[in-house]
Amino acid sequence: MSAPKVAERPRPKMKEEPHPMESLLRMERIPHIWCPTCGIGTTVTAFATALEKLDWDLDKVCIVSGIGCTGRVAGYMRLDSFHTTHGRPIAFATGVKLGNPELKVVVFSGDGDLIAIGGNHFIHAARRNMDLTVICVNNFIYAMTGGQVAPTTPPTGYATTSPYGNFEKPFNIPHLAESCGAVYVARWTALHVRRLTNSIMEALQKPGFSVVEVITPCANYWGRINRLGTGLDLMRFYHENSIIKHGEDTRNLDIEFKKPIVVGKFIDRERPTFLQAYNQRLSEILGDKFKPYGGKA
Amino acid sequence: MKADPKGVLTGSHFLDGDHACAEGALAAGCRFFGGYPITPSTEVAERFSQRCPLVEAIFIQMEDELGSLAAVIGAAWTGRKAMTVTSGPGFSLMMEHIGLAAMLETPLVLANVQRGGPSTGLPTLTGQADMMQARWGSHGDYEIIAVSPNSPQETFDFTIKAFNLSERYRVPVLVMLDECVGHMTEKVVIPPADEIEIEPRRYYKGPKDKYLPFKPDKDLVPPMVDAGSGTRFHVTGLTHDYRGYPVMSADCQEELVRRLVNKIRKNADHIVEYEEEQTDGADVVVISYGITSRVALRAVDLARQEGIKVGILRLIVVWPFPEKRIRELAGKVKAFVMPEINYGQMVLEVDRCACGRAEVALVPHGGGWVHDPEDILHTIRQAAKGKGVGKGVIEYPRKKRG
Repeated sequence: MSAPKVAERPRPKMKEEPHPMESLLRMERIPHIWCPTCGIGTTVTAFATALEKLDWDLDKVCIVSGIGCTGRVAGYMRLDSFHTTHGRPIAFATGVKLGNPELKVVVFSGDGDLIAIGGNHFIHAARRNMDLTVICVNNFIYAMTGGQVAPTTPPTGYATTSPYGNFEKPFNIPHLAESCGAVYVARWTALHVRRLTNSIMEALQKPGFSVVEVITPCANYWGRINRLGTGLDLMRFYHENSIIKHGEDTRNLDIEFKKPIVVGKFIDRERPTFLQAYNQRLSEILGDKFKPYGGKA
Repeated sequence: MKADPKGVLTGSHFLDGDHACAEGALAAGCRFFGGYPITPSTEVAERFSQRCPLVEAIFIQMEDELGSLAAVIGAAWTGRKAMTVTSGPGFSLMMEHIGLAAMLETPLVLANVQRGGPSTGLPTLTGQADMMQARWGSHGDYEIIAVSPNSPQETFDFTIKAFNLSERYRVPVLVMLDECVGHMTEKVVIPPADEIEIEPRRYYKGPKDKYLPFKPDKDLVPPMVDAGSGTRFHVTGLTHDYRGYPVMSADCQEELVRRLVNKIRKNADHIVEYEEEQTDGADVVVISYGITSRVALRAVDLARQEGIKVGILRLIVVWPFPEKRIRELAGKVKAFVMPEINYGQMVLEVDRCACGRAEVALVPHGGGWVHDPEDILHTIRQAAKGKGVGKGVIEYPRKKRG
């Protein structure tokens, strides 16, 4: 059996120019698997730009993804990166963060992964104020499996498993995050590249559970099934229908089918993180007997 | 390497198996515990929650068993020795991440304090019916290691052994207790730290930009790095090449999964461990593990008093199964008798290895209590006649009681 030790992927012939994000991407894995006009790439660029601007030691930044289109992000970032199981990246990231509190741990995954199958981990990490930054790409649909209805699908949008139109109330992700205790919550679309980048920078610098929801175009499934046009049409829709309302009450952030989308930074508050609370409580109770984790209280 | 004295509670203690499990883990250097309460394993978590802040370890009660094992895998990749504990339904929920741990070749320990099943079954009462699930429970092909203690002292010792094996082979190791062992309280002697052998993690020492997380050494086990150490590695549950990058091909699958099973199978002689007594010249060998191995002793004593030549083979490492030894014995003895608290699980392995050369008699028990030694004795008597050779796994009707 002569299996390739390191499998080569065919590359289209094109003029070789260095990618501006080369130092942050696993270029040997490009081209990526995402469809043309998908918004995940834009979100990755915003994330990479944020990291570049922050000028951190990137050896200390870890990225954890789950399963799905966005789940593939971890595999393209030149960071210590974990592509885990469906729905569990937040739980996995909790272990990474507590295993080495010096690491900055980012969870980068999709709405189905984080809010449907992974909903329990999302709410509990928010409740604990686990020191993680969650970038949640929301394309309203299960795209990797071919366009099934999601807990974020706006009624009465169509999906392959909702052939008569969705009738379930979707999650309002910023409201869910706020209610459960997240300290930073923002939402942008893939059109708001600069604002999205700034929000990701803020979220990364915020101790505690920070959530950035990114509404992204999925032309091949969401757009096609609902006859919303091309990726460009979806971006044009964001352009014409996004309303920036910083500090908006998160109860007002439901997303309706073909209706305007409210974006902005909604929550930015202070609360002790899990480890801060852990160290504080145990120092109080145990005094000198307490051996703080990693030698630091 | 010797144990870090910080986690070693040297001295003589009166502990139940669950508490001994936690102490074994801390002695082995475990510094991360993520778990979810479930009877009869909860006391392990309780002990950890109390002890972790005193020994520079961290305890987190996760939101469910799925998250528990996910967090343990994550923590293990930062260089922490990490474990979780569960039982019955929780064990079922952990199956997916046993597969992920096997695929990411993550050293960790999972203790399963077995109770009666299926489903919610008998939460507070004993069982040994997760033995096959331990081996085969996650989808796809992989190998794990499982050990089975029969006392609190052994639970302490074998939990250390489990950590050592997990580091040696970069594989999840299961400590398969049962409710009886978990809840029985006995003397546990914890030796001084410098008498406890610890297998250190096998770290990659080459240039940072050349690290290939899944390029194996000669013994098929790849060296590891910690997250945050500058190699910028990638790992995925997808079939992957040496770099850890996904490759969707039959060739890569063959290369990877073949190695995942072979790193245990080809090293089985170093991993397998069992105890034997009077098997030379025996007509019947009683094979057992966990609490049942202690119950069987009484039956063996009684049978010997009746003049039956009975030997004992007690499994310490349950997976990989000691096939070689069972095959050797199959050519020499008339029968194997296997009591276990299930309706026939490990006995299937015995039958497979007996190859029709010795009778294989099961003494089943549905769970909730241990065997009556009389039932085992009854089967030993019947099996000593060796009339069931070649008939597969047989069961003798239980003796009617007056």
